[in-house]
Amino acid sequence: MTDVAIIGIGIHQFGRTDGVSGLEQGAYAVRQALKDCGLEWSDMEFAYGGSSAAGSADALVNSLGLTGLQFINVANGCATGGSALQSAYMAIKSGMFDVGVAVGFDKHPRGAFAVEPEKMGLGKWYGDIGLALTTQFFAMKIQKYMHDFGITEDTLVKVAEKNYANGAMTPHAWRKTALTYEQIAESAMISHPLRKYMFCSPAEGGCAVILASAEKARQITSHPLFLKAAIVRTRNFGSFEVFTQGQALDQAPSPTVDASQATFEMAGIGPEDIQVAQLQDTESGAEIMHMAENGFCKDGDQEKWIQEGYTKIDGKLPVNTDGGCLANGEPVGASGLRQVYEVCVQLRGEGGSRQAPNDPKVGYTHVYGAPGLSGCTIISR
Amino acid sequence: MSQAAGANAPQKSIDPKLFTWPAAKPRLLGSRCNNCGTTSFPSQASCPRCCSEDVETCELGTRGKLWSFTIQGFLPKSPPYAGEETPETFKPYGVGYVEMPGQVRVVGRLKASAPEELKIGMDMELVFEPFRTDEDGTEIISYAFRPVA
Repeated sequence: MTDVAIIGIGIHQFGRTDGVSGLEQGAYAVRQALKDCGLEWSDMEFAYGGSSAAGSADALVNSLGLTGLQFINVANGCATGGSALQSAYMAIKSGMFDVGVAVGFDKHPRGAFAVEPEKMGLGKWYGDIGLALTTQFFAMKIQKYMHDFGITEDTLVKVAEKNYANGAMTPHAWRKTALTYEQIAESAMISHPLRKYMFCSPAEGGCAVILASAEKARQITSHPLFLKAAIVRTRNFGSFEVFTQGQALDQAPSPTVDASQATFEMAGIGPEDIQVAQLQDTESGAEIMHMAENGFCKDGDQEKWIQEGYTKIDGKLPVNTDGGCLANGEPVGASGLRQVYEVCVQLRGEGGSRQAPNDPKVGYTHVYGAPGLSGCTIISR
Repeated sequence: MSQAAGANAPQKSIDPKLFTWPAAKPRLLGSRCNNCGTTSFPSQASCPRCCSEDVETCELGTRGKLWSFTIQGFLPKSPPYAGEETPETFKPYGVGYVEMPGQVRVVGRLKASAPEELKIGMDMELVFEPFRTDEDGTEIISYAFRPVA
C-alpha cells in the first residue's frame, strides 16, 4: 500500500473574525493549502470536511468551484477535523484516490457551548439542577487526578502560562498576549480547581490539509511530510467521560489510551521517538493528563516535567507549540486539523520564533472531545 | 428529608423515574443487569456494559464515599438550568460523584459551597429537598449529597 503524504497546509486566523462566515474561513484555508503546494482546486479528487456550528462543509464547492469531486461531510464532535483527516488518509491508503483535501472550520457563538441534555439522551432533570456543564467534568477529572498523583495547582497555572506564551508567537493564534503567572493564578475560579484562564473558549477558525499518495507527492514537492498513522477511537464502558451520570466502579482507560496505542502501533514507533506534540488542552489539566494517556510519561511524572520545563518550546518534548486550544480557542471542526498544521510547520522548520530548536523530524497530534472520543496522528519528514 | 418532613406545600418529584417518591424512605433508582451484574444510574432499559435488555430497576444505597468533586462557580445558562437564582443571589454549589459500595458512582449536587468543605474519600449521605417552586406553589423535589456529620 502507498504511503500517505501531506503536501499542503492552510489556516485561517483563529479567534473572532466578525463579518466572515465559517464557510468563508474554511474556503480561505483550502486556498492557502492549495497555494502551499502549487495545486488547483480542480486537481482535488476528493474532500472530507466538517463543521459543528457553521454549516455544511460540502457547500464550500460554491466558492471553491463546482468540479464534481467526491465531497463527504464529516461530523464527529470535537474530533471532526481529526476524523476528516483519518478519512482522507484511508481514501489514499486504499489506492482509490491520489490527491485530496481534509478541511474543518467553525464559528461558535460567544460563551460556553449550549447544551441540550435531552438531545444527548440525558434526563431533563440533569440540566434542570445544574449538572449539564462540560466544565464540571474537566474539573472533576483533574481534581481526582491531582489527588491520586500529586499534581499541584502551581503546575496547572504553569501549563496555561506556557501555552499563552507560545500563542503570543503564533500569527494565527486568537490570544496573542502572554499572560503572567499571577493573571492566571488570580483569575476567577470557574469550577474548582480550574480558573478562567485555564480553560479554552469556543471560537472561530478554519484549517485545511492536502494529502497525496507518496508517488503523487514526489511529482509535486521535493520535501513532503508523511502521515504515518491516523486513528480515531471512542469510549469503552467504564471510562470517565463528560456527562456521565453513573460512573462504573471498574474504571476503564480513556479512549485516548486506545487511540494512542493503536497510532504508535500503526506507525511502528514509540512515544520516545516523538520530538514535538500537540495534545488536546481543553483546559490545563487536560494537557497534563493527556501527556500520560498518550504514553509520553507516567502518571504523576507531569509534575516534574512541567516544573522543569520539559514541554516548553526548548524542552525535551515541546507540547502545544502554537499555544494549543488555550491560545487558539476551540472551533470544533477545525481544532484537530490546526494541530496537524502546527506539527507540519514544526517539521518543516518554519515556526519562526516558536520553532522548536530540536529540529524535530517526527511529530504527534491528539484531539479529544465529547462525548468521549480521541483522534491521534503521527507525522514524519 | 422525606415527604413527611416537608412543609405544607404540595410536592412533586423532579423526575418520577429518578427516585422513589413519595416514600417514607426515598431511594435513588438504578438498573441492575441480570446478565452481567452491572448496576447503572439512572435506570435504563438496557445494560451499557453488555447490551442485555434483561435489566431490572433497583434501589441504590444512601451512603457512600466522595469519589471526586468540583464547585460550580458561576450561574449556569438557562436553559437548561432551571434554578431560581439571579446573578446577584447565586451561590456556588458543589457537584460530585458518590460511590455507592458495590453499585455505581452517582453524580449529584453536593451540600457545600467551598472546596474546603469537601475531601475526596469523605463519607456522604443522600438527602431529598425542594430544588425550586413551580408557579402554582408546588415544590419540585430533587436529591443531593451532604457530608456525614
